[in-house]
Amino acid sequence: MDWKTLAERLFGSDHGLTAEGDFITGDVRFDGAPLKVIGTTGHAPIGVQLALAQARVVLDTIEHHPGCPILLLIDTQGQQLRRRDELLGINRAMAHLGLCLDLARRRGHRVIGLVYDQALSGGFITSGLIADACYALPEAEIRVMRLPAMARITKLKPELLEALSQDNPVFAPGVENYVAMGGVRALWQGDLPLALRGALADAATDDRRAADGAARGGRKLASDVAQRVLDAA
Amino acid sequence: MISYAECSARERIARLFDANTFHEWLPPSERITSPHLAQLGVPSSFDDGVAIGRALLGGREVFVAAQEGAFMGGGVGEVHGAKLVGLLRRAQRDRPDAVLLLVDSGGVRLHEANAGLIAVSEVMRAVLDVRAAGIPVIVLVGSANGCFGGMGIVARCADQVLMSDASRLAMSGPEVIEASHGVDEFDARDRALVWRTTGGKHRWITGDCDVLLDDDVAAFREAACAAVNGSRPVTVESLEAEHLQLAARWALLPEALDGDVEALTLWQRLGVPKPEEVASMDVQALRALRTD
Repeated sequence: MDWKTLAERLFGSDHGLTAEGDFITGDVRFDGAPLKVIGTTGHAPIGVQLALAQARVVLDTIEHHPGCPILLLIDTQGQQLRRRDELLGINRAMAHLGLCLDLARRRGHRVIGLVYDQALSGGFITSGLIADACYALPEAEIRVMRLPAMARITKLKPELLEALSQDNPVFAPGVENYVAMGGVRALWQGDLPLALRGALADAATDDRRAADGAARGGRKLASDVAQRVLDAA
Repeated sequence: MISYAECSARERIARLFDANTFHEWLPPSERITSPHLAQLGVPSSFDDGVAIGRALLGGREVFVAAQEGAFMGGGVGEVHGAKLVGLLRRAQRDRPDAVLLLVDSGGVRLHEANAGLIAVSEVMRAVLDVRAAGIPVIVLVGSANGCFGGMGIVARCADQVLMSDASRLAMSGPEVIEASHGVDEFDARDRALVWRTTGGKHRWITGDCDVLLDDDVAAFREAACAAVNGSRPVTVESLEAEHLQLAARWALLPEALDGDVEALTLWQRLGVPKPEEVASMDVQALRALRTD
């Protein structure tokens, strides 16, 4: 879904969100309360600059709007694959964004992620995946990489991966698989403001993804293995 | 001098910590393996490529995880990641003096792509939970594989990064960038360029690692003993300082330059008097470049 359509469906036509290049930001009132929106569009590659731009807004929100919930609107092709970004510490800039969002959570801000178009690996890991909870639209796409590329790098036959992806959510792209594995808490369908309202009310601050993955059958071992470490003699 | 880079994960544990003090949780005898590799026809490992447990370091109790780069490049899969998360949660509960992560990883294990991605993000949140509990998390980067992908982000979520000049820390590997944007963007076969962009010396000059070490297990042990004392709370002030530093650094290199001069230009602008000599400088000489 186009970000403007999304903004209108969530907040009405006077939503007040603006895009500067690939970067979306805005202060909206939702159900009469302030909400900070931070996002990207155009399948933005997340480089040092875009990570810092997002971090800046998060820090400002912590400092000037205590407790204000933060909604992350996610559309990214992944991390910026450029040498200069690596040289300038893209991993550190990404971590910085993650730390800012994590501190916001600890300071009492709700942090909600919504994948409304596309989410890939590095661009997703310090946004939606570090939120209290991440949601997705049904038509969104989430993956680490495409199956042909995965086949090339792992030196596995594409037909094998294709076959396995039919019933094993671990291999295949798709929001349903991320729901099954607990990485996405739920899909937002139909009444989007209702869904956002529910998310803001529901957002737990503990990491329930492994438990969700076990309960939904998409990631059967993660929760159990972590528990075994806690119980080990 | 014993090369840290050439050690296996278990050799690193044996040599880094007080003799015979490592107690492993979920050891290979329990055969907790990846459920996903067999159906791909890929051999699994009885520890899924990571050893976790507690040990003494200079007499102090620490929790430790050591990734084995020889198994699937140290890639984080469902079980591997869950062992790391379990260790970090246990640290929150049992409160050791520190958690040491001996990273040797290319990041997400592509064979378990989606599960690995979620797992790395769970590790990240668990690391920050441990830090918030006031327990330092120390990352050691000294392997030949280095620390890449999601683990490169995890490293920068820790209190401190200890790194050797024989290792590398970054996000995307040079091959991935070359495959995406061509050899002119990043020539992955140009070893000197790769080291200038991702190597320990560069990470030291920029402050991306807190301590620069020789490729020597004893040096890592000494630095780890010192690092255990330093919890660095995450606060608005600390993040503002970090933000300022990253923004200032970005401003130092406002546009991409030719690979031959890009890193050297940045180093010069960071105050290194003779950047062309960095490649041949030893660790001691490099340490003198930073006074903070």
